[in-house]
Amino acid sequence: MSIKGIKRWAAAGALFFWSFAAWAEYKLNLQTPHTLLGEKIYDLHTIITAICFVIFIGVFGFMFYAVFKHRKSVGHKAAQFHENTAVEVAWTLIPFVILIAMAVPATGTLVTMRDTSEADLTIKATGYQWKWGYDYLKGEGAGISFYSTLSTPRAQIEGTDVAGRNANPNYLLETDNHVVVPVGKKIRILTTAADVIHAWYVPALAVKQDAVPGFIRDTWFKAEKPGIYRGQCAELCGKDHGFMPIVVEVMEPAAYTAWVGSQQKKIAAAKVDPNKSWTLDELKAHGEKVYAQNCVACHQATGMGVPGSFPALSGSKVVDGPKADQIKLLLAGKQGTAMASFKHLSDADLAGVITFTRNNWSNKTGEAVAPAEIKAARN
Amino acid sequence: MDAAHTHSHDHGHDDHGHKPSGIMRWVKSTNHKDIGTMYLWFSFCMFLVGGVMALIIRSELFQPGLQIVRPDFFNSMTTYHGLIMVFGAIMPAFVGFANWLIPMQIGAPDMAFPRMNNLSFWLLPPAALLLIAAQFMPGGGAGVGWTMYAPLSTQAGPAMDLTIFAVHTLGISSIMGSINIITTILNMRAPGLTLMKMPLFCWTWLITAYLLVAVMPVLAGAVTMTLTDRHFGTHFFNAAGGGDPVLYQHIFWFFGHPEVYIIAIPAFGVVSQVIPAFSRKPLFGYASMVYATASIAILSFMVWAHHMYTSGMPVEAQLYFMYATALIAVPTGVKVFNWVATMWKGSLSFETPMLFSLGFLFLFTLGGFTGLVLSITPVDVQLHDTYYVVAHFHYVMVAGALFSAFAGIYFWLPKWTGKMYNETLGKWHFWLSLVFFNVTFFVQHFLGLAGMPRRIPDYSLQFAEFNMISSIGAFGFGLSQLLFLYIVIKCITSGEKAPDKPWDGADSLEWTHLPTPAPWHSFETPPVIK
Repeated sequence: MSIKGIKRWAAAGALFFWSFAAWAEYKLNLQTPHTLLGEKIYDLHTIITAICFVIFIGVFGFMFYAVFKHRKSVGHKAAQFHENTAVEVAWTLIPFVILIAMAVPATGTLVTMRDTSEADLTIKATGYQWKWGYDYLKGEGAGISFYSTLSTPRAQIEGTDVAGRNANPNYLLETDNHVVVPVGKKIRILTTAADVIHAWYVPALAVKQDAVPGFIRDTWFKAEKPGIYRGQCAELCGKDHGFMPIVVEVMEPAAYTAWVGSQQKKIAAAKVDPNKSWTLDELKAHGEKVYAQNCVACHQATGMGVPGSFPALSGSKVVDGPKADQIKLLLAGKQGTAMASFKHLSDADLAGVITFTRNNWSNKTGEAVAPAEIKAARN
Repeated sequence: MDAAHTHSHDHGHDDHGHKPSGIMRWVKSTNHKDIGTMYLWFSFCMFLVGGVMALIIRSELFQPGLQIVRPDFFNSMTTYHGLIMVFGAIMPAFVGFANWLIPMQIGAPDMAFPRMNNLSFWLLPPAALLLIAAQFMPGGGAGVGWTMYAPLSTQAGPAMDLTIFAVHTLGISSIMGSINIITTILNMRAPGLTLMKMPLFCWTWLITAYLLVAVMPVLAGAVTMTLTDRHFGTHFFNAAGGGDPVLYQHIFWFFGHPEVYIIAIPAFGVVSQVIPAFSRKPLFGYASMVYATASIAILSFMVWAHHMYTSGMPVEAQLYFMYATALIAVPTGVKVFNWVATMWKGSLSFETPMLFSLGFLFLFTLGGFTGLVLSITPVDVQLHDTYYVVAHFHYVMVAGALFSAFAGIYFWLPKWTGKMYNETLGKWHFWLSLVFFNVTFFVQHFLGLAGMPRRIPDYSLQFAEFNMISSIGAFGFGLSQLLFLYIVIKCITSGEKAPDKPWDGADSLEWTHLPTPAPWHSFETPPVIK
């Protein structure tokens, strides 16, 4: 190769690597892992991609050499050779050996990944259309339970607040309640779902596990450093699949203990006296909140639903009909439709939301449904 | 053998005098060439319909926020884009090739069952209408993904029933087409044309047809179970009734993974005809190509659960599926090495069919490598259901199967029409497709690595730049295909007359023993192969 040729290649190479630097601000690789297992997976991906890259360059080096040197237009005459047992055996066996070399580290990582034993804290994540529910089952904080819904304002999504969206670094990746866990502890996540399959996915913690209705699956992670890690539902679960993020907040043990304390206080404060008598307005006000968390995605704030997909509640025969039927529907759900059972909500929540729907929009039944009626209907 | 020959021969004579004209020529056609033509035009129409759906998806994803469509309509678009491209565009395109080429390449007058051939084509338009009509059902199309996972599919609106019926119809069509192809290849080869002398294209279709016969009934079973769960009170996929949603996935992917090779293997066949022709050199390892193809087909039945690494499985099962999946790289590697070795020391020229074949070789291999990355379970768990997977299978399906179909169409268009296409425009079509394909899909690897899930109508801001690039590429790619339509129409209407053998290195029977354009009945008397 002439000096000029070398210079040209060097310039091209420099340009190539410079382009990498220019692109560094964009994410070109897996998210930076924040667990040891995540680091292993990250390295595994790097090694395999590198091996593939080398083979790719080798094979297509041959191809492009042929493309440039063995072309008819430069007068190359075709050789007529074909079949060569030695070559064919070699290019069958060599890839096989390379595969074994890849399988060894992959096997070790996989076995570690699937070992969910001896967890310090067990949390159940339940997928709902379209939010996550969390129950702390075992370990410090057992008994804590909350829902976690998208907190990005609708205006940013719908485009009426584009400025707000552009200024929001966590657009679509923010929730009202974070899953809080202590740093350096093995957290086992049990996944399940109430309606369809969802998947619990947090890239920086290297976890993804489907949440299958009626079954329990599990996965685990051990975060190495405090911080907030964001993920999303990864399995298509209907209309708002893109809008049910997961936010994990990893805290120092002391801060975690404090968080557990504050949650337990909240639970105690929120515990409604079962014998409390509610007025219609109290129930309505409480029900409006419950509606906003559980019902609004399908039945809409207007109560008009989505024609063809989700029925309207305003003017609905069920909502304006006998209350016993509506209570039954909420407790049992409706088979074969998106209407799931909401029996996991408390008596007060259900009483509130039923009262709210029966006395809102065009519905004017004037009836209140008391928590005691829900309790009676459950049995 | 003899009986079959005599029969089909007589049959050929019967048809001679009364060829219906006008529209009835097509409606009642039992001619493999007419039916092949209809398959190809049908698949092109579906390619445009599926393409428009893809562009709706990419328009919505052009920037963050919901701008153009509602999320449920978006889900419907991703669903029917997938179903239409797989079952309506790519599969019928290769059946069209099979119809046109298999009788010509084995020295037969027509397909073994010409009337069944007519029926297997004419089942397609009603199925396509069902898929399109689903969009107009109450609640819109079923936004369940082309995989139609339960229980989302048992929850969906009436569009789902139309979709299920369409899948049944398409399945019946495929099974009949496959039976026809298997019978034709096994019984109607010219004297002396042993199986191991057949052009590789026929071999790949023989293997594909067996795959289809084996797995289409499995898919039919899966969607029928969905149907009875929806309407007749069964609980196959409902845990509350003792069923299991993951059972659906096992059944679906037992069909779904061979399906990938049903699409890819005929594409291998086309490329294996084109590369030797433009290298002016025989295929390097004919026998090892046949064995590699058969190995891929057999392995494809044993790896289905690699689509389900996150569904929940014992670790032993995950290890098995990881090893088995990675093993597919061996026969696939053999094929790639063979194609490169065929070119080595050849006398290469780069007409459009060769360019598309090289595009196939380069990009399909890239898709194969990302497939290898995905076969490694711990890595797949990170990348599953992200855009990395979307990029991976579009490299295999678009740059693989579609590019190979383009290569085949440019290669055989002179034989089919008797006219040459415009070489300059053909090359433009290739380069535009190549560039825009990569603009669209290469960046999606980065989106997936960074954690963007697939099938979402809106995304966080960190993904904005690459999505915008991808959307621009998609529109470029879509528009480039209109150029392809123009080239084909121009070739048919005003192309220059093609010589009998426009490609130096083409050596199968349709080039060596038949005039251009190919006659109405390919071989009235079978050629004798020594």
